[in-house]
Amino acid sequence: MKNWGFKISQARIIDLDKANTKMFEDLCLKVPSAKRCIMCGGCSATCTASNHTNFNFRNCNLMFRRGQFEGLAEELDKCMLCGKCKLVCPRGVNTRAIIYNMRIILNKMNYKNIEL
Amino acid sequence: MTKNKHYWNQYQKEIADDNYFYERSCIRQSFFPGSETTFLKILREELGKTIIDDPNQHTCTGIGYHSDVVPFDTTMTVCARLFSLMKDAGFKNYVPSCVTSFGVFTEVIETWQNFPEELEKTRNFLRKATGREFDIPNNIVHPSDIIYKYRTELKNKMKYQLINQETGKPLKGVEHIGCHYGKIFSKHAVGGAEFPQVLAGMIEEWGGEVVDYPERRHCCGFGFRQYLVMANRGYSVANTKKKFDSMQAYKPDFVLTNCPGCTMFMDRWQYTIAEMEGITYDDKKMGIPVLTYEELAGLLLGYNPWDLGLQLHQIQSESLLNKIGIKYDPKDKFVGKSGTFLGEPNKPEKLIVDYEK
Amino acid sequence: MKNKSVIIIGAGVAGIEAANNIAENGYNVTLIEKENLLGGNLKNYAKLFPDFYEAGEVKNNLINKLNSENINVYNNNEITELFFENNKWQAVNSQNQKFLADAALLTTGFTVFDAKRKEELGYGIYDNVITSLEFENMYKTGKITTKQGNIPERIAFLNCVGSRDEKVGNHYCSRVCCINAVKQASEFKEIYPDSQAYCFYMDMRMAGQFYEELYRKSQEKHNVIYIRGRISEAAATLDNKIQIKSEDTLSGLPLKMTVDLLVLMVGIEASIGTNQLASQNEINGEYGFAKSKGLYGNDNITNKKGLFLAGTCKRPLTIPETIADAKAAANQIIKYLNQI
Repeated sequence: MKNWGFKISQARIIDLDKANTKMFEDLCLKVPSAKRCIMCGGCSATCTASNHTNFNFRNCNLMFRRGQFEGLAEELDKCMLCGKCKLVCPRGVNTRAIIYNMRIILNKMNYKNIEL
Repeated sequence: MTKNKHYWNQYQKEIADDNYFYERSCIRQSFFPGSETTFLKILREELGKTIIDDPNQHTCTGIGYHSDVVPFDTTMTVCARLFSLMKDAGFKNYVPSCVTSFGVFTEVIETWQNFPEELEKTRNFLRKATGREFDIPNNIVHPSDIIYKYRTELKNKMKYQLINQETGKPLKGVEHIGCHYGKIFSKHAVGGAEFPQVLAGMIEEWGGEVVDYPERRHCCGFGFRQYLVMANRGYSVANTKKKFDSMQAYKPDFVLTNCPGCTMFMDRWQYTIAEMEGITYDDKKMGIPVLTYEELAGLLLGYNPWDLGLQLHQIQSESLLNKIGIKYDPKDKFVGKSGTFLGEPNKPEKLIVDYEK
Repeated sequence: MKNKSVIIIGAGVAGIEAANNIAENGYNVTLIEKENLLGGNLKNYAKLFPDFYEAGEVKNNLINKLNSENINVYNNNEITELFFENNKWQAVNSQNQKFLADAALLTTGFTVFDAKRKEELGYGIYDNVITSLEFENMYKTGKITTKQGNIPERIAFLNCVGSRDEKVGNHYCSRVCCINAVKQASEFKEIYPDSQAYCFYMDMRMAGQFYEELYRKSQEKHNVIYIRGRISEAAATLDNKIQIKSEDTLSGLPLKMTVDLLVLMVGIEASIGTNQLASQNEINGEYGFAKSKGLYGNDNITNKKGLFLAGTCKRPLTIPETIADAKAAANQIIKYLNQI
């Protein structure tokens, strides 16, 4: 194999023609309030885990919506399920239930085996 | 694409009709060696125009400027020296062969018009360095603008049309415009920046059909630093791949470009993509021929494809020549002007370069 | 006293409402409309936000009140000149016919932004890029389809086309397009619940009563997907769909997708009549709109004695706001006519 010194770069684009957005629909069956999120970031601002790690619930929720699952399971592991985010949400989104169910769905999709 | 939709019409520009001062590109003569000679031949012999090809010309600094190596003051002064050559020749209409040069000149002139103190500064620099004086050109156009302007006159002289001889249908051409042609100043582009007509107009006039594919406006992949620094080349080739992935479904017969970099990268990166990933973008694994507008005009005017330098492209053009019905002698392909056999280049592993019917 | 008169230029919502109010008080009203049909821009809509009230009903209620003998309606009359001379306001139409009165009210309204000016969005080039007005027309006929006649499986609405955009010279917000997109996306999903609606926005400006509620409902009930990002480029694919590119600014990643129909939420611009007549009387404000004397209590009067303003000739307004503004203008005009 010839050594070119470079590879064809992969696009970092979200391609909604290829992304699996069905999983978010499944999530909404379990947690209907998930649909109401307007990405205000109140959850991440109050989050205890976000204060000490780069965990960002708003972003995890968004990436799940857009079908971008790579590395998401590891991110969600940083959440301690304390529920502080649920108290602050202006749209009454059941954030804790979202995390829990995202973990289950990602687990089923074999993104990572998480002990539940 | 645009036959019935004419709102690009508002973008027209003045294209001088004779007495041009030509400036060659730094790279085209090595990569597509027949193109510039063909342009001069078409202008002088087919259209009867006067065009000066001054041996004292030099770079416009475009490659260095867009790679952040040459400062703008230097660029302005170097451009001014080129304009001083035109002044010596007594000409007013500047025609740079390269799209990036065209972009650099329009940018420099726009700067001088908006900031007259920069013009004075440049005059001083040039005077101190060379003792020369210059005038701002009356008209500055890209050679593709001139071919566009005279596309109908040329059509009347052409021996061939962009029609598939077997099916009788128009050949499908992808047109790719260099970024620095219209994206710096859309007012200097025939048809503007979003739907430029300079190449589309040639393809349609000469019997072909223009392919409008979703990534039509995307960069060819040159991007200067993206190619010049080896660590960045992955981005360069990825852009080219994105374009070809997008156009493949339309089964284009050829790609037509007006920029040295675009011709280079859309042609050569097809080889790289084929060798790296085994992907070619046509049925015969030969790739899609990429032509300059001079080469296309020359072919249709009946010039010998090997005099146009088509054998020096990475993607070989016999498939296109056969579709148009152009007569050529395969034995002449690698015979030099002196009549001696020059030898054949090495063959790629995956990309096929030998045409078999 | 009561034979005093007013010319009202433009028989849209503001013009008709003001005409009715002034005529009720016994003054003579000359209501002039450049088009054949009355109702102005209201004619273009099927249902109104945020309550899906029938636009036709609003229009008919307004027009039905015009039967007062004090009102003379002249349709198909385009006023090209308006000036004060010999103690009268004089309006001249394109056939050089003159209308005279003691006061004049400008209700020349708005026109929608010409989407062709945003070249990168391909309107006028690609069949399946349409404007919000064309969407309304399709909704009226009950057939929202692609140009090829197919049911759109995916539709995208793009906000701020011609608004909040320095490139087209419009720095201002048109105020109604956000909620209109929410309305249209909801209407679309009512008809095609199995299709997907996307809405691309820079900010969701849900500032009116029940707007936020409609936005929330569009998420909860209709699963409309909101993406914060401006579409930068639209291009047709081989099967006549539209490929769009945007940034998903909340994730910081570029995003692309193909949709069957792209709806451009075209903004509000001053109409040609507004621009022309306001300039002639030196009351032209920003962006070609007409300028009132002041926002606080003087919003219907101008620096010209006897020349009044109402409705969207001043700035983008909703229909309830326009009606209220027309009533206020009528009040001011009646007061003025009483004094002279």
